[in-house]
Formats: sequence, C-alpha cells, structure tokens
Amino acid sequence: MLTAQTKEYPLSAELQAKIDLVLESHDNDPTQIVGILLEVQDLNERHYVPEPTAYYLADRLGIPVTNVFDCLSFYSELSATPRAKYPIQVCSSPACRVNRIDTERLLNTLQNLLDIKIGEITYDGRFTLERTTCYGACDRAPSVRINGHVYDHLDSIEKIEALLRSLK
Amino acid sequence: MSTQVRFLTKNFGAYDVSSIGAYMNIGGFKALRKAVTMDPEDICTMLSDAKIRGRGGAEYPLGRKWSQARAVKGENKVIICNADEGETTTFKDRELIKNDPFNLIEAMIIAGFVCGATDGYIYMRAEYACYRPILLNAIRQAKNYGFLGENILGKGFDFNIHLYSGGGAYVCGEGTALIRSIEGKAGRPRMKPPFIKVSGVFARPTCLNNVESLSLVPHLLLDKDTYMNCGMGESIGTKLVSVAGNVNNPGVFEIPFGTTVRDIIYNLAGGLQHDREIQLIQFGGASGKVSDASILDTPYTYDDLRAAGVMVGSGGMLVIDKRTSVLDFLRMNQEFFSEESCGQCTPCREGNLHIKIILDKLAKGEATEQDIKTMGTIAKVMSMSSLCGLGETAQNTLQSAMKKFPEVFDLGGTQA
Ligand code: SF4
Repeated sequence: MLTAQTKEYPLSAELQAKIDLVLESHDNDPTQIVGILLEVQDLNERHYVPEPTAYYLADRLGIPVTNVFDCLSFYSELSATPRAKYPIQVCSSPACRVNRIDTERLLNTLQNLLDIKIGEITYDGRFTLERTTCYGACDRAPSVRINGHVYDHLDSIEKIEALLRSLK
Repeated sequence: MSTQVRFLTKNFGAYDVSSIGAYMNIGGFKALRKAVTMDPEDICTMLSDAKIRGRGGAEYPLGRKWSQARAVKGENKVIICNADEGETTTFKDRELIKNDPFNLIEAMIIAGFVCGATDGYIYMRAEYACYRPILLNAIRQAKNYGFLGENILGKGFDFNIHLYSGGGAYVCGEGTALIRSIEGKAGRPRMKPPFIKVSGVFARPTCLNNVESLSLVPHLLLDKDTYMNCGMGESIGTKLVSVAGNVNNPGVFEIPFGTTVRDIIYNLAGGLQHDREIQLIQFGGASGKVSDASILDTPYTYDDLRAAGVMVGSGGMLVIDKRTSVLDFLRMNQEFFSEESCGQCTPCREGNLHIKIILDKLAKGEATEQDIKTMGTIAKVMSMSSLCGLGETAQNTLQSAMKKFPEVFDLGGTQA
C-alpha cells in the first residue's frame, strides 16, 4: 500500500520535497486542499495531479483519497489527467464573445497557427485550446488565459503570433 | 463630463500595496483604532443609516446582517469575505483586492470586532490567484504589527485571517457551496436551514460578506459625511460598477448612486464602439436582468432600476450592440449556466439543459408555440424549486428578456 510512512511512493525525492513545501505554505491544513492541489498541479509540466501524487497528498494530509479525487473532478481548474504544457483558455462568456470581430479573429488565428480546433491538443502536447467561462477579465477582451496568466488586448494577428512565439 | 467619485477607491494608487507602513502613512488602520473604541452596536446602526446593501448581488442590508451576527449565540464566530466574483461582466472586487488590499484586511478585522468573531476567511476565486501574494503579504504584515492575532490593540479580542483558494466553480459563490469548499470538499450547495449565520463554516456561526461591502466600512467610519452626501433617495453613497461589452472604454467606475445609465455608458465607458446602437444591456452579471435602450435615462439606484425591471445586483453592466441578436445573447448566457450548474438537483440540472435545447431550436426556426410555453414554465419552476441561488436566478435573464423583447418569442410575428 502507498503510505507516507512506508515511503514507497513512486515520486522522486525532489518532487516530494517540492510538494512538502507547498503543504507547509498551507500550514499542512487539509481544508486548504483546493489551494494545495492548484499549486501541486503546477509542479507538473502537464498541469495535472497524477494518481501517486494524489495518494501522497491524501496521506500527508490525513484525508481519504476519494476526497482528493472528488475535488479534482469537481473544480474546473483542477485536472486528474494530463493537459498540455500551455492550455490556452478562451473565454466563452457573452461579455467577451459579443466583441465579435476580435473574438473570431482570436479564435481563427489560434486555430490556424496551432492547427487544432477547440478541445484538441497539438501533436507534441504543448498546446490545447479550451473554452472556459468568465475569468474576470471582461474589460481586457479579447484575452486568453494560460497557466493562470491573462494575456489581454489580443486584437491583432501580430499580437497573437507574438504571444505564441513567447511560449517556449 | 465625468461623474466618477473617489470614496471607496480613494486609496487606489495612493500607496505601495506591499507595505503596511505606506498604508499607515495615508491613514491606514485609523478606522480600526476608532472602531475598537466604539460600541459595536453603534457601528451596526451607522451601517444601517447609510443603507448599505450587500454588494455581492443579494442586496441584503449590511447593518442588519452584522447586528444579527452579533446576536447569534455561539463560540468562535466566523467572518467570511466572498472574493469569488464569478458573474460575467463583474470584476470590481478584483480592483479592490489589487489596489487596496490592506483596506480589506482592516475591514475584516473591524467586522470581526463588531460581530465577535475569532476567525476570518477570505475565499478568493482561482482566477485571481495572481493576487494571492498581495493578500498573504498584507495578512502577514498586519499580524507583525499586532493588528491580527491575540489581544488586538490591547482591547482583549483575538482575530486571525486565513486565505482560501477557489477552484474555478461559479457555484462556489453561493454561501453554502463556498463554505463546503473552505472545509476542503467539493463545493456543492446544501439545503437551508440550518442557515449560515447559525451554522456555517465548520458548523460555526458565520457572517458572509462581499469584498465591496466590507471595503466600505473603514472609509465610512472615518468619513461618514462624504458618503451620506452622495447618492439619491434610498440609495445613499457610491457604488462600483463594472462595464464591459461593446463599449470603447470598459472598466470599473465608482459612481454616486443616481448617475444615469446613459452617463455611465457614454461618459465613463466611452460610449459604444463605432457609435453603434444599443441592442440590450444586462445588469448584474449572468444572472441579471436585461433592458433595451429605453433605460438610458434611468438613474442608477436600487429603486429606479427595479422599477425599470432590472436590478443593481453585482454592479456589472454588459452593453451589447445590434450586431448580437437578443436570441444569440440568450444562448451564450444559457451556455454559461448549463456549464456551471452543479447538477445536484433536478430543476436546475434538467431545466438549464432543456432551456438550452429550446433556445437552440428557436434559433434554427424549429421551435413551436408549445416550446415557448414550456420554456416559460421551466424558468418559473427553476426559480421556485431549485436548491440554491444559482438555479433560482439562472433564468432571470430569460424571463426579463421574454418581457422586454416579446417579439423574439412570438413565432407568429417577425423574429428579431
Ligand atoms: S440549483 Fe443548480 S447549482 Fe444549485 S444545487 Fe441545484 S443543481 Fe446545483
């Protein structure tokens, strides 16, 4: 069985140490699980919480692993399956979408440059295009959100190209 | 002509938000020092005199809320600051957190003092995680200066503040869902009673407030007169409105109540792009009501907006020009709710789904008279029998659109 005591986790010592730091910054408080998962997920290049990590967290926090998975599946910002290195989130709320020309140009340009459609992932696992609901940047439309960062006023093809080029 | 005022936003840009010293140099924590010398009940009375209503959208009087929180019997009371603003077109709390974090911390300590609470929780949406360091720093510095912790200002009261992250779930703006989330669970709403004020987070008596409502309190304690001199009729003071959509200058503006809708859209938000015509305006976010351009000369007050068929709600204003049809807008808005319903109770889960289906049929020209009737019925059932506020308010937009734009739903007439 996987437990913190037996130290049988298939996690590298380095990753364990990083996770422990996250736990510490949340006072090892199991009620802070959502915030902990958000940060732990970002330790992974593919922005998800792999199963062994979920078990490790459950053990360290003394909570059932089902609790961890319930959160992973409930909250849209969390994922139990691998995502892209750069998940590009495009807002699908009316406040952004009514700016039609800009929004269409943004979507078309992204789809053309990456050669994927919404919901798809590039062959190298670097990008996905995701539709999300409002992330509170309505005044900065057209924008995308990538790994928690909002890139705003993407109102020209040049700006969108420059953004993609900057994501290495 | 500009109608912006600076009461709540006075501190924006006036100090270095990473430094408590800078905040104290501009009068920070004076309000707290004053509050602890006052009778807490007098503070509640002051809030009631200023007629402050909850700025999160529910519009419940703040003075009454705090007074009730004081009266609840029970140990270890809790203050929650709801910083989970998830309504589309609503981003005013973001500005308060980003530009004046110490004021929010000070406000929470005052709330703790007034209500007799020992803990404060700030629940902030995951989308605002980039502001987490700002708040954590403010909390830590306030603690180092003795404004948090034990025996605050030597007045024998203890209070601590904890910062929690949301996970990208709109429903967590609902009180009971938010509380579950703070307890470390999936944020599914629960049935009331027990009410939050009696049994909230960790079953402790809980007083839940919006960022904007809380942020007003320190300013009011220091300068009540300026606030009381603003506004119109029953709506005293100022309000943050966030305007987005097809306007030239979207953003957050502090207005005195009573400013006309026209003034907000054309003077503050820069008018419509390319001087297009207004199709509709949605007030108060995704669960808000809509109006056409006939509302432009209505003063922005609780009563006037209500009389005009809409509500202040969260303070959001989505302005949409004629390029988007009413029906297209409704479908976009409905997608939002179909996505965000937690699916726990039938009226909301099924209702949102079926209204989406009927709206899509309507767009394709395949809807029948019966469909339209069914849609009206579902909307009514949802508002009366959903378990939480999300399901109750999800069809505000549709219902108000049915009244305001009947031609869209009139299959016999021309479709807009
Ligand atoms: S009304 Fe909707 S969001 Fe609320 S509990 Fe029911 S299904 Fe969930």
